[in-house]
Amino acid sequence: MTAQGAPAVNSAARRPAAPAPLPHPGARRRRRRRNLTAYLYIAPAMVLFLVFALGPFLHAVWLSFFDWDGITIGTWTGLGNYRAVLTDPMIREAFGHSLVLIAMFATIPVAIGLAIATIMTTVRVRGSTAFRVAIFLPQVVSSVVVGVIWNWLYAPDGPINELLRSVGLGSLARPWLGDFTWSLPSIGLIGAWMLMGLCMVLFVAGIQQIDGNLYDAVRVDGGGRWRELLTVTIPSLRYEFGVVLTLTIVGALRTFDLVFVMTRGGPGTETTVPGLLLYNRAFVDGRVGQACAIAVILAILVFAITVTIDRVAAKES
Amino acid sequence: MTVVSTRERVLAYAFLTFFALTALFPIVGVVMLALNPRDAQVSGFSLPQEFHPQTFVEAWEIAQLSTYLRSSVIVSFFVVIGTTALAILAGYAFGTMRFRGQDWLFYLMLAGMILPFEAVIVPLYYDLRQFNLTDTYASLILPQIGVNVCFGTFWMRAYFRSVPRSMLEAAQVDGAGSIRTLLRVALPPGRPAVLTLVVLLFMWSWNEFLLPLVMVTKETLRTAPLGLAFFAGQHTTDRVGMAAAAVIVSAPVILVFVIFQRSFIRGMAAGAVKE
Repeated sequence: MTAQGAPAVNSAARRPAAPAPLPHPGARRRRRRRNLTAYLYIAPAMVLFLVFALGPFLHAVWLSFFDWDGITIGTWTGLGNYRAVLTDPMIREAFGHSLVLIAMFATIPVAIGLAIATIMTTVRVRGSTAFRVAIFLPQVVSSVVVGVIWNWLYAPDGPINELLRSVGLGSLARPWLGDFTWSLPSIGLIGAWMLMGLCMVLFVAGIQQIDGNLYDAVRVDGGGRWRELLTVTIPSLRYEFGVVLTLTIVGALRTFDLVFVMTRGGPGTETTVPGLLLYNRAFVDGRVGQACAIAVILAILVFAITVTIDRVAAKES
Repeated sequence: MTVVSTRERVLAYAFLTFFALTALFPIVGVVMLALNPRDAQVSGFSLPQEFHPQTFVEAWEIAQLSTYLRSSVIVSFFVVIGTTALAILAGYAFGTMRFRGQDWLFYLMLAGMILPFEAVIVPLYYDLRQFNLTDTYASLILPQIGVNVCFGTFWMRAYFRSVPRSMLEAAQVDGAGSIRTLLRVALPPGRPAVLTLVVLLFMWSWNEFLLPLVMVTKETLRTAPLGLAFFAGQHTTDRVGMAAAAVIVSAPVILVFVIFQRSFIRGMAAGAVKE
């Protein structure tokens, strides 16, 4: 959306800024009044955005240069908090966990979503709305509810372990969320479960815009379904891949609710993520400056990833 | 697209059914679990032995759901109304007017759409505490408007750009001011766009967790997801009761989703940049 919308805005907005000669002395006044009207319409939204979102973010940047416990007077430490973020093993570990989640979020639901979308658009399935609603449903459920649901699924005597035991794989059964090796991938799997519907919907929208003649060309060449997928579908979905990867990667980086509700970062520190760490540093340990440094780094990463993917995906299309 | 063999058709249904079940199984499983009596020892996935809706009543009382749902309704109501109103006004200006600074003001709002809320929450807490605003409905409502209004403006701007200029100009020739033009001419055909926005905002505000977690200590102000999280933390062994509470908390959003699934899914797909 940004890629498509941005250039149009540019040309539309730049026009009045061009220094056009004004024939009437009243024209300037009229233009000023027109500006004022527009500002009045925008003002309420802008004020709330500035006061409750952008302002606090800039405040976070400011606070990240201080050593502050949230109560007494803070002391300036310059880049000290950022140095700590780069060297503190706990924080580095948390960002490492983000990488694991990114690897899972950006592959599993994307592959599943693409497969479902391809099948849905190739075969005219009856009841496709029902399938779509069902597969999309995990996306709309509150993350706290998702946490409650999967706590039960992963429990030592929960359905997943019961299933393993019933098919003779009882040796694989384990308390998934309490396991040092498996807790983080278990969280990652939940994210994949939540995101596959969104990926599917985006790919379906993309595939419906592909020119049908392209598929005919492959078929004339004697190509099968795989050739269609590899030579037409996937290359045509460049923009959709950009959106999907942005969503899944940013979603992985921003993971907080699930971890907070399900494991609180445990066992040990196996499932700590930046979001949880900044919450703990600010509201449990009273190290507000460091929490803000983590917040700023998180925001920079999200911006960088969004802009980079957007640039790459928009190129050529 | 063209020829699809029977084998392909069967495989397609098998594949789609498998993933539909994967998506539904955890949710349906929890509903099944919630239909058991609260003292039942349930392990694994099973159909309830008897239909026992009494559990929902008990969970409603033990988990104090009426309190939490009430504050969720209040918060969601004001977030949806406030954000939608402000987004319509701002989107109207961005979509139909030309003014100085339009360019960078719009980019500012696009940036606001990307800004992760986790990066705002810590200073926001201390800023609001300074004005004695923590532990109030305002602290749950205003920040959500401030964050969501960026997406809302972006969404409504896209709609207003699609309104034919001739329609707006005709209204102005008839002597209608900009606000009359908005309410009588530009907005009425945009009902589907507004509905989609309302539905998405309802879901986001109903499911919001981090903001109430940080802002609220009073029990009466806890929203439903926050209350559920506390309940889950305190009654770890009451698995059936917890399942029932989870079902109740998520029911409103699921209901809205099923009713409005078309505009819901279209909105999520089109506005995907938001998350």
